[in-house]
Amino acid sequence: MSEPSGTKGIVVAHGAMAQGLVDAVRRIAGGAADALSPLSNEGLSPLDLKQALDRLAGKAPAILFADLLSGSCGMAALVSARDSGQRAVVCGVNLPILLDFVFHRDLPMEELVPRLVGKGRDGIRSLPRAD
Amino acid sequence: MGIVLTRLDERLIHGQVVLGWGSQLRPDRYLVVDDELAASDWEQELYRLGAGDTDVIFSTVAEARDRIPEWRESQVRSILLARDVATLKGLAAGGLLRGQSVNLGGLHHGSGRREVLDYLHLSDDDAAGLALLEEEGAQVWAQDLPDAPKVPLRSLLGS
Repeated sequence: MSEPSGTKGIVVAHGAMAQGLVDAVRRIAGGAADALSPLSNEGLSPLDLKQALDRLAGKAPAILFADLLSGSCGMAALVSARDSGQRAVVCGVNLPILLDFVFHRDLPMEELVPRLVGKGRDGIRSLPRAD
Repeated sequence: MGIVLTRLDERLIHGQVVLGWGSQLRPDRYLVVDDELAASDWEQELYRLGAGDTDVIFSTVAEARDRIPEWRESQVRSILLARDVATLKGLAAGGLLRGQSVNLGGLHHGSGRREVLDYLHLSDDDAAGLALLEEEGAQVWAQDLPDAPKVPLRSLLGS
């Protein structure tokens, strides 16, 4: 399979969350999910996790989607992004963020990141009770 | 009050500490003892992001040794964090942690380390250092989260 063009997305999260989110994107968006790579922090030290992020991101522009800011995944993402001018971090990842990302990842990073944060926030709603 | 938890955790301020322990112990601040971090402003900023509104103090081992008596007597509830055994040994030298509990919360696999619990991997040097902590009068136990089993060091080391 050839390397997808555009910004890469790496989902880094606790336990099986990253794999589950990427799987959910694939079920909805199909092959567009190839732009995403899942990474679990399971069994990885802070340095191992940062190095795994670096390997997955490579030299391409990448967004590191972390589950929690106050967590080892968020910290590793921030350290990885600091070492590369081509990476951004979005914490609090959810499915609406990732779905929007895979269809709009050709946008310039400075436009894409605020767009994704907005989509993530918009995806969280309290609905009226049916009764 | 004072220091409500002293914890060894390679990740320092992270989800298990902030949410798992923090929701039970309700700390007013984190005391991060680490010689390298104490000299790195940008890394301190990263850890502060993870701590949210809770105050964070970074100090070297030497500074912490001077301040531990004050922190222990303070009305401010603190969680003290170190990310390696050498730092804890430095704190415990001379019996400064005598009578105190030390929680082992997370060390990942690495060169020369073997798994003793799924969240705790120790090298021979780590094990010897922790045994020394107990010789200096601290009680050492492993527990990653408040509702997890509490495992004494002697069970981990098989002695």
